[in-house]
Amino acid sequence: METGLDFSVIWRNLTYFFIGRFPHGALGGIALTLYLAVTACILSFFGGLILGMLNISHNRVVKYTSLAIVNIIRGMPLLMVIFWMYFLLPAFMGRTVSESWTVIMALTLFTSAYMSQIVKAGIDSIPRGQTEAGLASGLHRWHVMVYIVLPQGLRNMIPSFVNQFVSMIKDTSLAFIVGVSELTHVATQINNRTIIYPTEIFFFIAVIYFIICYAFTSLSRWLEKRLAWRR
Amino acid sequence: MFKYQFDWSVVLSGQYAEWLLSGVKVTFQLSVVSIVFSFLLGLLIAVMRMSNTRPIRWFAHGYLEFFRNTPLLVQIFFWYFGSYKILPMAVNNWLNNTNFEFAAAVIALSIYTSAFIAEDIRSGVRSIPREQMEAARSSGFSYLRSMQYIILPQAVRITVPPLINQFLNLTKNSSLAMTIGVMELTYQARQVESYTFKGFEAFTAATLVYVVISMAIAGLMTLYSRKVLNPMRAK
Repeated sequence: METGLDFSVIWRNLTYFFIGRFPHGALGGIALTLYLAVTACILSFFGGLILGMLNISHNRVVKYTSLAIVNIIRGMPLLMVIFWMYFLLPAFMGRTVSESWTVIMALTLFTSAYMSQIVKAGIDSIPRGQTEAGLASGLHRWHVMVYIVLPQGLRNMIPSFVNQFVSMIKDTSLAFIVGVSELTHVATQINNRTIIYPTEIFFFIAVIYFIICYAFTSLSRWLEKRLAWRR
Repeated sequence: MFKYQFDWSVVLSGQYAEWLLSGVKVTFQLSVVSIVFSFLLGLLIAVMRMSNTRPIRWFAHGYLEFFRNTPLLVQIFFWYFGSYKILPMAVNNWLNNTNFEFAAAVIALSIYTSAFIAEDIRSGVRSIPREQMEAARSSGFSYLRSMQYIILPQAVRITVPPLINQFLNLTKNSSLAMTIGVMELTYQARQVESYTFKGFEAFTAATLVYVVISMAIAGLMTLYSRKVLNPMRAK
């Protein structure tokens, strides 16, 4: 099969790649990929913050239970987490949950476990003396955390958060498996319809993902330099 | 949900247990083969990345950035569905005569992971202070001998934990091979689920396998850093 590459298939389906059937139907393509990534990222920021705080709790039961949860999630492939959500979410909610939300919840749970480790490292990066000084001036433990440690710690965590967001964008491609019409799913649809252009289609979406992810990777590097310099 | 009847016998014995076991075997094979290839490829790219020749360095840099910033799933699809147009005829014929699903998964996993491995190796080498190289050179060692006796023995020890971590990621990522029909553990768990509706049991079994592997290796790593890395830093 000696055929040259023919990228016209990309141009013919360009809007479908970008927004799916949007004005007339559901959002899809790159727009949905970004929507999934941003929503899950915001949720897992809070999830990671909570898990990270529980991980350093003084209550042993809380500490070791949350550590066990984090380690189990980190030991699982994301695909497995998605299947679990697909199963358990409707059972717990007592009603069907849309595929998009299944994936968002799975991504949130999965990434929260990784974010919690970033949060832990960020909190560790603040010298203990500051906590002690805060406690000595009569602040409650939680106030020390919220007003002294976290504001500085979060700043150190920003580059790692951006990196995690990049992983998140890549991970949204797994939403394909439960039929959410994000970029990868849209690409397989177009591939199934046109059949003879798989090389062009998958190369194109690889480039799209690359452009988005590389932009954020560069942002994270820039932030790392800039934040280090100002300290 | 609470009317659910647990039936663990489904995954503990009989045909379905055999499916899961064969899945474990395939996951293991896929991971080991890809680990070997990704390590060799990663080492090559790391060396190229540190080369003094600019085009080689740029090539390695481009390789790293491209494969790190693209989803593994897309890379798997690219190799599985789209590689026939860019590979030579002879390679295509050879691939079609082998287990192509498995081969495509190995190619994608190896290339994807090699990009991460190359960066880990490079930062391992860079973590050895420059002065050590200078000291070695001024005591009369050649560049290669300084690398061999001074830099690499230390760099390798530092690089082991991140490398093992990448191998662990690779093993977990091998679950994506199910999307092109490689019958590994996740594929089989799903297969059992669709035949028996005992998804809870099937996924628990598969999850346990992954988690036990991860935790065992994490435990070994803690031991390693206590026995090998900490004494090194203390010096």
